[in-house]
Order: sequence, then structure tokens, then C-alpha cells
Amino acid sequence: MKRLTHPLSIDSLKNSQPAALLLVLIALTILWYLAAFWLNSDLLIKGYERRGMTWDVSRLISDAYSMKRPLLPTPDQIGYELYKSIFETKISSKRSLVYHSGITLSSTLLGFLLGAFLGIVLAIGIVHSRTLERSLMPWVITSQTIPILAIAPMIIVVLGAMNFTGILPKAIISMYLSFFPVTIGMVKGLRAPDTLHMELLATYSASPEQTFRKLRWPSAMPYLFASLKIAIAASLVGAIVGELPTGAQGGLGSRLLSGSYYGQTIQIWSALVVAAILGSVLVALVGYFEKRVNRRMGITG
Amino acid sequence: MSMTADVFEKSDVLAEFNPPQSARKMITIEDLSLVFETNDGPVNALSHIDLAIEEGGFVSFIGPSGCGKTTLLRVIADLERPTSGTILVDGTSPEDARLNRLYGYVFQAPALFPWRTIASNCKVPLEIFGLSKELQQQKTDKYLELVGLQDFHNKFPWQLSGGMQQRASIARALSFEPQLLLMDEPFGALDEITRDHLNLELLKIWHETGKTVVFVTHSIPEAVLLSTHIVVMSPRPGRIAKIIKSPLAKKRTLADRESPEFVAVMQEVREALANDHRID
Repeated sequence: MKRLTHPLSIDSLKNSQPAALLLVLIALTILWYLAAFWLNSDLLIKGYERRGMTWDVSRLISDAYSMKRPLLPTPDQIGYELYKSIFETKISSKRSLVYHSGITLSSTLLGFLLGAFLGIVLAIGIVHSRTLERSLMPWVITSQTIPILAIAPMIIVVLGAMNFTGILPKAIISMYLSFFPVTIGMVKGLRAPDTLHMELLATYSASPEQTFRKLRWPSAMPYLFASLKIAIAASLVGAIVGELPTGAQGGLGSRLLSGSYYGQTIQIWSALVVAAILGSVLVALVGYFEKRVNRRMGITG
Repeated sequence: MSMTADVFEKSDVLAEFNPPQSARKMITIEDLSLVFETNDGPVNALSHIDLAIEEGGFVSFIGPSGCGKTTLLRVIADLERPTSGTILVDGTSPEDARLNRLYGYVFQAPALFPWRTIASNCKVPLEIFGLSKELQQQKTDKYLELVGLQDFHNKFPWQLSGGMQQRASIARALSFEPQLLLMDEPFGALDEITRDHLNLELLKIWHETGKTVVFVTHSIPEAVLLSTHIVVMSPRPGRIAKIIKSPLAKKRTLADRESPEFVAVMQEVREALANDHRID
């Protein structure tokens, strides 16, 4: 007998999921091609007229999708550029996106570790001391109201004057962006234990340190991972921003910058795509650790 | 009229608890009051409480909600501070008793840590008290077996029924072998069948360990089945209406609930509750 499934049952949702994803992807690609034609054709028509050339629509279409410096490159142009700069270029070459990704990744990870550590330390201080909460919290919040683009060059210059160069200044900028979600998340997380559990430990006359280890820290785990996911993405943004103002020699940020100097839109978009992929992979990595920790804490699914 | 001989009015109780050959007093409360300051003005949670609980007794606090029975238990546990009056727990202040880890507290909810297994939950107090690993294991094995959870060491709380979770929380309270067990409606959220079963288990544990138990409940049969003394409380202000000494033998079974003595004590409690019931 054929099994009947309700149109809204989990089964039918599961089966339709890949199809839906594919549909969205196709729609987005079509929209992209349409937008590329629309944006690039203006530029082309002006060029034809300047040179007094005759043109027709089929010529316009083929030109719009094969410009060297289009306003908006097409997915296939970006794909080809990615292929060239990842697989056909030596990793050590300055044209290799793997090389540049490696540079950005190293300062992202260093900045993330520093930021997560700072964020957790601040949260522990804030949760345990009212004085610290009152004195630190306004600064924590103020720090994030300053545009990072304004403060990044200053950090690089000041650290440069103190002979700190290389990945550290960029990591500091990553840290600056990534500590914030961790602090906010962990203040909430470390205060997450319910009164009942706190009272239970009070009946054992547990010390604040024991309460922290046995109750506050494990209770904060969901908050920790949620904020770490935001933090690692922010850290990547910080590293790229940190590569912009310095005329840095390498990194995705420097690829973006040199691309915009020379109007190499395809290069810019390739770097952006790589940054997006890198970001997704990093967030997924945090998600993987979250799953492992959850399994140890008896949470499944 | 044999009942009345065993039933003491409030004023007689202190005397009753002070016979010459008396067992040591575990808890002594004199003229204790507790006022909560709220936005709607002060609330007299406890008013002029006098009570003595002797070592090895099983004392129930019973009364309608708002009568302060849980608050009184929390004062004994140093989870609330009285506004006036004196209270001694094992001869010291409740705070010292708490710091000396004199009592085990069982809450209304199991309050197990969801990220720890049942055995690991039982070890929480033992870890805090700094017992050796072997001793932790030994106590955990012993008390999980006592509450009938020997086959559930490595299960997580969500894998157990509500009744089993509450048994685990009792094992956790027993694990460090406190002299005093404070229980705040521990079976209130359970179905009657499970509750009967756990009542018998609790009686068994009480017999085997000889602990002093202070037990908050709003079930009259439960109070009568378990207790050596039933403290009937009334609300607004929270106070003791009557203290009833149970004439029942120490060893009890569920079948005792049909006995005339049992029914008489039930009636006694019910009357005490009704006499003091006022509509404000």
C-alpha cells in the first residue's frame, strides 16, 4: 500500500527541501545575469556611441557578459577567476587567492581567540562584581558605536609605531570586533542558571568558584556558542578591514583594495566570494564544536 | 478519648518536646517572625512561630498555600532570614548549619543539572565537599540503589520519568549523609500512585538512617502517613494553628490508612485546618 503523507508533514518537507534550495539558487542566478546585463549595457552603449559603432542587441548581450572590467561581473566570470586564482596559480604566488585567504585566516583566528578570551574574562568580571558591571559595561557598549573603519587605521599606525607589524595589528582589530558579542552573550549566559539551581548550590555552601564551574559555565554553553558564531564572522570582517588601510601586502582585504584601484571588478568579486565561503566555513566549524559539546552534555539533535 | 492524650495544643508542645529523658532537639524556634517588604506593603509570612523538633522525628508542615510552610522550611535552611525571633539548628544558627552542610534539601522540582547523568548529578555535593573519587562512587552507588535507581547511573535526567528524577534528587540529598533532611513538597507534582510508592520508600529510608525529616506538604493523608508530628499552619499571617502528635506506630504501611487511628488523625488535621480557616 502506498504510504500517504500529509502535504505539511515532516516527510514531505524533507523531500521538498533540496528542490526548494535549487529553485532559489536558479532564481538568484537568473536575477544576477539580468542585473549584470542591465548595469553593464549602459556602459557599453555609451562606448559604442563614442566610437560611432553600429550595434545590435545580440552583440550587446555577448559584450555585456564578457567585459574585462564590468560594473557587475557574471557568476561564470567570477567562477573562472576563482578557478584560475585557486587551482591554476601556485599557492605561494601573490595572485593566488589561497595565499591571500591564508593571511586573512591567520589574523582572523588569532583575533578570534583573543576576542573570545577577552569577552569571556570581561563577562566573568561583570557577572561577579556590580562595580565592574557599572564601570565596564558602558565602555564595552561605547566601543562598538565607533565605526571600525575610523579606528582601524589608528590602531595599525599606533601599533606600527610600537614596532608591532604583521598579523598582530590586524588580529587586534578582529579582537576589537569579536569580543563584544562574546561579552554580551556570556553575561547573559552566566546569569542563565535558574534560582532553584543557585539555591541548591547555596544549600551545599558552594564557593563562588565552585558555583561557576559546576553551574554557571555549563549553563552558559548555548549562549557561548551562539556568540562565538557571531564573533568569528565579525573577526573575519575585522581582519579584512584591517588589511584595507595599510596597503597591506597580502590578504583578502588587500585584494579588494588593489581590485578597486585598478577597476578589477572581477578580482573584487572573487575576493568577496572567497571571504563569504571562508566565513561560512568558520561559522560551520564553531557549529561542529557546539555539536560535540552538546553530545557530551547529553543534548542530542 | 484516647486520642486527646496524644494531641497537644500549641502551648503544651514545648513541654511535650522537653521530657526529662528527651531526645536531643534538632531545631528550636522561639517567637520567630518574618515580614516580606513588598510594593503593596509588608506581608507577614511568618508570625510568632514557636516550635521544637527533636532528633529523629519526622515532622510535617501542612496548610493551605500562603500559610508560610515553605517559608518556614527555607528559614531553617538559611534560604530566608527571619525578621525577629530566634532559631537554632543543631544548636547553631541556620547559617552555620548550612555552612557545616548539616542538612540536605529536596526541592519541589528535582532540580537536576540537565547536562549531567544521574550518577554525576548525585556527585555534585560530593565534589563540592571534596570527597575522594572512590568515596564519591561508593556513596553514589549506595544511595542510588537505596532509591531504586541502580540501573540508571548513566541516563540523563530527561530520559527518566518525573518520579524517577525526584528519586534521584532524594539520592543526591542523602549522598553526603546529612543528619537533617528538609523536603519541600517533594512529591507534589507526582501522580498518586508514584507518590504512594515514594512515601513508602521515604519511610523506609527514614527507618534505616534515623535522620530527622522536616517535610512540607499540602496532602493530609501524606502528612498523616509519614509524620511523627504534624504542624498545622494557617495563612495571613502565617502561623502555627496546632501541632498534632501522631499516635501511629513508627512502622507504617499503606494499609494503615484504613485503620481507625489513621482516620482519626486525618480528622484531627482536617478540623484544625477548618477551625482556623478564615475568609478575609
